[in-house]
Amino acid sequence: MAEGKIAFELVSPERLLLSQEVEMVVVPGEEGDFGVLERHTPMISTLRPGVIQVHEGSSVTESIFVAGGFAEVTPVRCTVLAEEAVAVSEIDRGATEQRLSDARDDLLDAKDDAEKVAVERRIAVAEAMLKAAG
Amino acid sequence: MPNLKDLKVRIDSVKSTRKITSAMKMVAAAKLRRAQEQAEASRPYAERMDRMLGSLAAAAAGQAGAPKLLAGSGSDQIHLILVATADRGLCGGFNTSIVREARRMAHTLIDQGKTVKFFCIGRKGRDQLRRDFGSMIIGTVEDIAKPKLSFDKAAAIGERIVTMFEAGEFDVCTLVYAEFRSAISQIVTPQQLIPFAAPESDEGEDQEEGLNGAVYEYEPGEEEILTALLPTNISIQVFKGLLENAASEHGARMTAMDNATRNAGDMINNLTLVYNRTRQAAITGELIEIISAKEAM
Repeated sequence: MAEGKIAFELVSPERLLLSQEVEMVVVPGEEGDFGVLERHTPMISTLRPGVIQVHEGSSVTESIFVAGGFAEVTPVRCTVLAEEAVAVSEIDRGATEQRLSDARDDLLDAKDDAEKVAVERRIAVAEAMLKAAG
Repeated sequence: MPNLKDLKVRIDSVKSTRKITSAMKMVAAAKLRRAQEQAEASRPYAERMDRMLGSLAAAAAGQAGAPKLLAGSGSDQIHLILVATADRGLCGGFNTSIVREARRMAHTLIDQGKTVKFFCIGRKGRDQLRRDFGSMIIGTVEDIAKPKLSFDKAAAIGERIVTMFEAGEFDVCTLVYAEFRSAISQIVTPQQLIPFAAPESDEGEDQEEGLNGAVYEYEPGEEEILTALLPTNISIQVFKGLLENAASEHGARMTAMDNATRNAGDMINNLTLVYNRTRQAAITGELIEIISAKEAM
């Protein structure tokens, strides 16, 4: 492996989305974003809906929106298990707004707490997605 | 003596059957390739999930506050068997062998005085189990692979199972599916989903990762991650099982249809032989009649 690089993998349940060597990735952790460089402490974290940024040199080469999931970090590797992932440039504003309003409608119909929590999560995902689209 | 016309009809009908079975074989082969690709594509996620869970489970095992999905509900009285089969038949012994395994498990458990419940994924499994265990089937999901088997559908099943578990409807959950080895070999596998059974950990891998036995840091905390990870893992395991099952189904159907096509070919050969012999016999008979009539004159 090249010096100063880590192997970054982005995996969804249906396929391996991305696997490449990068200098740094910034991952939206549950308790705040964190950057991963080579020789990072081993760590497992849950993710909140947000944007993963791949850095090469001083520029961001890739921005990918994830709707939550898990990240596993070792000194040489960073693996992100995402439930839903889409490149920021490919987010469809119209569809996302539709999703947000659908979710808000569902919130009014939610009967019990479990359902409410699920719908609130969907709203949070849609809101984060809109924010990422800018 | 068989009638010539009847034979002709028979041969034609077997020929059209052969056309159908060979078309089904081709379709199954194409679908098998797609199912295999899908199963392979989903493997990285499941592998990494296993690795994460393995290390987390090792850290959390034995602790008092371990989540129920990991530690179990403290009893093993009620067993839920998830039976994953196909929605359609004509695939050899595929459905039957899965159901046979589920049935065997159920009988063993009942003999031990446990309660058994079934949850069927796929119409064929439900149809076969309904006869003996009709009252124990608590749910059925059909047409899961139409138009395409997606993770969302597996996740919906996973969530349903977790909800039922949390409501105390069962203590142990096992998924029965056919693991795909090759087009002629599918192995029926029971896999325990709840409580979580940790895979064998691989010592060598830690070295390679540069971990050297270092312990992971957990953010936010072990318990929070486990409570998020375990239900996802169940969905993933169900998804993986269903993908394997889909590949196995198409493999089994391909083999069954290949056999059927070959049998139809043999049958056509035999029937054609009988047909020709009968035709020849009729001609010979007529000739003898003509000759003997001429000699009599």
